[in-house]
Amino acid sequence: MVVRGENDRKGKLLTAFMSILMKDMRAYYLKPPNISWGLLFPLVWTGMFFVKSGMGSENILSLLPGMVSISILFGTTSMLAVTVTFERKAKAFERLLLAPIPLGLLMLSKTSGAILFGILNAFVPFIIGFVLLTDFSAFVWGAIVPAVILIAVVSTFLAMFIAVSVSEVFEAQTFSNFFRFPMMFLCGLFFPISELPDFLQPLSFLLPLTYGADILHGAIAGNNMMPLSFDFLMISLFILLLFVLALRNIHRRWVM
Amino acid sequence: MSEARIKVSGLKKSFGDVRAVDGISFDVMDGELFGFLGPNGAGKTTTINMLTGLARPDAGTITVGGIDCSKNPKSAQYLIGVVPDESNLYPELTGYDNLCFCGGLYGMRSTERKARAAELLELFGLAGVAERKFSGYSRGMKRRLTIAAGIMHSPPILFLDEPTTGIDVQSARLTRKILQELHFSGTTIFLTTHYIEEAERMCDRIAFMVNGLIVRVDSVNNLLKPVEDREVVQVSVLGPEVPNLKVLGNLFPDYSIDRAANGGIRIESTGKINVGAVVRLFEDHGFEVAEVKRTVLSLEDVFVRVTGLKAGVMDK
Repeated sequence: MVVRGENDRKGKLLTAFMSILMKDMRAYYLKPPNISWGLLFPLVWTGMFFVKSGMGSENILSLLPGMVSISILFGTTSMLAVTVTFERKAKAFERLLLAPIPLGLLMLSKTSGAILFGILNAFVPFIIGFVLLTDFSAFVWGAIVPAVILIAVVSTFLAMFIAVSVSEVFEAQTFSNFFRFPMMFLCGLFFPISELPDFLQPLSFLLPLTYGADILHGAIAGNNMMPLSFDFLMISLFILLLFVLALRNIHRRWVM
Repeated sequence: MSEARIKVSGLKKSFGDVRAVDGISFDVMDGELFGFLGPNGAGKTTTINMLTGLARPDAGTITVGGIDCSKNPKSAQYLIGVVPDESNLYPELTGYDNLCFCGGLYGMRSTERKARAAELLELFGLAGVAERKFSGYSRGMKRRLTIAAGIMHSPPILFLDEPTTGIDVQSARLTRKILQELHFSGTTIFLTTHYIEEAERMCDRIAFMVNGLIVRVDSVNNLLKPVEDREVVQVSVLGPEVPNLKVLGNLFPDYSIDRAANGGIRIESTGKINVGAVVRLFEDHGFEVAEVKRTVLSLEDVFVRVTGLKAGVMDK
């Protein structure tokens, strides 16, 4: 009886998790504003960079890690920070807090839509690479796949941390941009961190995307800066830290 | 009504220097419709937030359905439905999808929530707009759908924060009717409201809350008992001049005389009031009587007496 009760409870929590995920996908992630910011913007930006640098399609391997990273970053962060803040302002988030779902699971379900969208976004640069006849044979997919997932998770949790640290929608937008635009330059996406001015380099190592991008550089072109195991460890620690901080903020600020 | 479904003891909550709830205790019995009355800022919403898990008490204990909320708030949330004071559903979802989503939050299976959503949309008169987005609903419709969302998972305990405030007469009437039906079917209901006459008509027991304190908890009958044999007459006179209260008091020593909320004179007595004599006396003193209205004392009068607040403070 106890086992059946426990299974019943888990079944209910899974239903709740899926309800939140499906609702967010329908309401937010598969909508034009998210597609334009999350998909088109990174592509156009990277294309511009590509043309300006005068590279040919043979150099796509050096661009691919940055393109993948930036696509995930914008795919995950474009909507989440704003929607959570918006739902909080409209008191719709209270409905979730009133539901019998543990807070950790609630935030995982709330972020799962963004994580999935980010992972889907990562496919786009690979498809472009495929169209440009890039040779994928040397790719270490065993590192690329977990890296893509971890980058999506860490970017999403960063957006969640921002969302639960501010009160207004415009603040969420501002703070999102405050983090993600500098990360485009500071995390070694399109040029090595060693080429940054000396005083900026320490900042790079405080940003989670640095480690995710380094894994992709290693797995795609073999030019990683740090050991991949260290990159995986660091990005995992960032995930844990951002999740714990976000939950703490919700407890302190929202369940008063 | 045998056992307490909600037990609250020594509940306290402060926001900075402001003591919103100051050590309140009460029980709500199984199947009871319990009214929580007080003016704005009395601490009603803070209390409801603590009872439902949206706020943490500084001190005190809460037990809902036998579950200690300080130890296991999420288990208690399976037993409760909450209708907040604002209609807080998702504007981009249809009425039907909003209800299905709310059912999903409580682990209802897909077929179960589709059937329940259709049933509730019918019950609340919203079946015709089930596929319309929530953002396109009128205020009354939004309120009705918000209440429907609160009972989507058929909770045995329901919390409602000002459910009829700011909505049209038809929606308010339908809401009250559905609440009565839920009450008769055995749902324990905790209702906060500004509308004293609504509480008087619907509730089994009522708590008066002022400045974070509960000043009285009793059944509606018991609350009305001290005033039920009293008679009140309100006299309105034409012109700006009004009779002197002291003079009237001397002329009618058996009556209690005061200024009415509408500017007229309010005469109250434990026995029958001789209206003819009152009117004649007013006219003998040069006042032209415009209207004489005989009324019975209501729960609002009891509220004013118990709390010491002025009549009409609940409307603000």
